[in-house]
Amino acid sequence: MSLARTHRSHPLWYAYALHRVSGLLLALFLPLHFWVLSFALTDPARLDGFLHWADLPAVKLAEFGLVFLLAVHMFGGLRLIALEFLPWSGRQKAYAAAAAALAFLVAGLFLLRAV
Amino acid sequence: MGNAVDIVAERETHMTVRVWRGQGDQGRYESFEVPERENQTVLDVVTWIQQNADPSLSYRYACRVGMCGSCAMTVNGKPRWTCRTHVQKVLDGGILEIAPLRNMPVIKDLAADMSGFFDKWVAAEGVFHPTATRTDEIPKIDPREERRVEIDNAIECINCGICYAACDVVAANPDYLGPAALNRAWTLVNDQKDGARDARLAAVSGGGGCHNCHSQQGCVQHCPNDLNPTASIAGLKRETAKSFFKWRR
Amino acid sequence: MLDLRLYMLQRITAILMAPLVLTHIAVMVYAIQGGLSAAEILGRTQGSLGWAAFYGLFVAAVSVHAAIGLRAILHEMAGLRGTGLAIFTWAAGLGLFAMGARAVYAVTAA
Repeated sequence: MSLARTHRSHPLWYAYALHRVSGLLLALFLPLHFWVLSFALTDPARLDGFLHWADLPAVKLAEFGLVFLLAVHMFGGLRLIALEFLPWSGRQKAYAAAAAALAFLVAGLFLLRAV
Repeated sequence: MGNAVDIVAERETHMTVRVWRGQGDQGRYESFEVPERENQTVLDVVTWIQQNADPSLSYRYACRVGMCGSCAMTVNGKPRWTCRTHVQKVLDGGILEIAPLRNMPVIKDLAADMSGFFDKWVAAEGVFHPTATRTDEIPKIDPREERRVEIDNAIECINCGICYAACDVVAANPDYLGPAALNRAWTLVNDQKDGARDARLAAVSGGGGCHNCHSQQGCVQHCPNDLNPTASIAGLKRETAKSFFKWRR
Repeated sequence: MLDLRLYMLQRITAILMAPLVLTHIAVMVYAIQGGLSAAEILGRTQGSLGWAAFYGLFVAAVSVHAAIGLRAILHEMAGLRGTGLAIFTWAAGLGLFAMGARAVYAVTAA
């Protein structure tokens, strides 16, 4: 039987999960990001090496993912700030969907410019 | 004659009901074949099992009409008030799975221990602190007044614990006061006759306070009385944020 | 686990970062075309007080924000609490800030 249906089976729980996962992945990516950029000072050739490696299609796709994570965490976060600090709106699900859609749009724009 | 045949035929339709049996952390599901009726609540099913199949089955109910908040259970994965939940609406492939409420210790079978849930109401200052005596005149409060409207939106809570069971923050953070207690605190923060506003805002600002809410809104999704604890908690977040700047001035 | 002070820090850094993230994404979308090179990036950032301030603020805000977010995850999903949780929060925040500040210095120092 399909007991996959739980108290979590609703769009705003998925929005929460997306916010948490995107935040976690961004936090894990940051040290790598900072580490690579610091090569500008210590080893500029190595920085260039990383940037050329980033021309690979698979890496560009991963970057699309990163831009999506960043955008969806920001738009989703703005949704939460609005929920907490503005008068209540009954359109929570629509806002969550809009945040994901906007993030996909932004990341898609990035990918189109990258290829 | 035809009617009699129909009735017999109806009686022969059964559904499989899996019921959680056990005490504390120990337990397992036990299956019962229960006759299907056209109109039947989940509480009816549990009662049928207790009266016809196994009298040792423990569960809790009182009013049977959605007022007392004592019969909530986990039905096919979701917390529900069983006395107002029709079997037809939740039956999943002919199977009904009934378990005690989540996020509470199990006393026995379907009866969960709600004492922690109620202790948190007190911890959240969900208690009225009067500012007047019986000899004082009763203050006049306009029902359209903004703070009174906030109270109206949050006041019909029957303490059933469904929001508490639906909340992942409650599951993850044992100190978290939970949606019902914070919703109650919000009604009192807006109560002009109450005299403990600062103490209450402090009570909901600690390590288990309103700021731990992630706005998953499982509480809103599952509240049988269509209350919105997330909005109440957001109200507490706003009021405490204001006090955060005031205290530092 | 999240008291009022941590909550306010989390929300204030969030609001602060919204325009920074938007700008960051805009720069990425602008700069990605034709591939990236160290010379291109450094040509834009090196010796620029504006970019140093922009990314310095960004790094400071994200260190606080990420440390508090990770704290919530670690508490809720791994059950860490008390002093251990406090040490982790500070280590995550200071570690991110040190690495980030070094990166900002690396790309903006003339």
